[in-house]
Amino acid sequence: MIRYGFWSMGGYARFVWPSIALAVSVLIWNLWSARRHHARALLRANRALAMARSERS
Amino acid sequence: MWTWFYRLASPPHVYRAAAALTPWFLGVATLLIGYGLIDGLVFAPPDYQQGDAFRIIYVHAPSAWLSLFAYTLMAIAGAIALTWRIKVGYAVAAAAAPIGASFTLAALVTGSLWGRPMWGTYWVWDPRLTSELILLFLYFGVMTLREAFEDPARGDRAAALLGLVGIVNVPIVHFSVTWWNSLHQGPTIAKFGKPDMPGSMLWPLLAMLFGFMCFFGAVLCMRLRGEVLNRERQAAWIREAIKP
Repeated sequence: MIRYGFWSMGGYARFVWPSIALAVSVLIWNLWSARRHHARALLRANRALAMARSERS
Repeated sequence: MWTWFYRLASPPHVYRAAAALTPWFLGVATLLIGYGLIDGLVFAPPDYQQGDAFRIIYVHAPSAWLSLFAYTLMAIAGAIALTWRIKVGYAVAAAAAPIGASFTLAALVTGSLWGRPMWGTYWVWDPRLTSELILLFLYFGVMTLREAFEDPARGDRAAALLGLVGIVNVPIVHFSVTWWNSLHQGPTIAKFGKPDMPGSMLWPLLAMLFGFMCFFGAVLCMRLRGEVLNRERQAAWIREAIKP
């Protein structure tokens, strides 16, 4: 059960909730950006390998 | 001993270790952050002075802690790379910088949102706030400098040097609240012998701190794999490592 006054945060809702939202957004951005960074590097490495293969053949 | 050290820091070993560690870090981080948020926001009692506004600490303190930790790691990794010419050190430094910068920004904004109801202002040129802002600029400087060179090796070296110079700011951020008169409150949990918080408030905070650390470990490993791939694109071991 959520305690009384949970959403209003004792009158500080406009400071508490944006802080939580920002922190969660930073966590999500970091995950997304790290995945994207790795995926891009993987793509580049695969391209480099394919080029090396085609040069050999 | 040195052979072991160099083998441990070899790109193929680091790439595989990072892949193996990522899900563990991410799993523990999810559990700890989930517990910390629920316990901190729902069950912890309001502070007797700050009321519910104190709950911002559950995201502000871990972000601020990570901002310092990531910078220290970045500087140490850069120093190791410069001293022993271990290329993975540059990769670790490059991977840590954007993560650290994002958490520094989070610490500044959440601190500002906390400051408004407590101090009556979003921003004040207080030693803690100013030194944390300088930390953000140092992160931006390191990242920009790395990209500013056509030769990536020179960019890595220059960024590592700036990172090392900037490490002097880390103790300034940490001790600013004790060295100078500051609006910012003093350390809450640094005094392990006698923390200022009761357990019902402290446990979720500790969970969030360790959760953020594990999260940092996970995203660092993910970014590190990308950095190693970018740097070792032409190496023979890559063929085996990225085989589908």
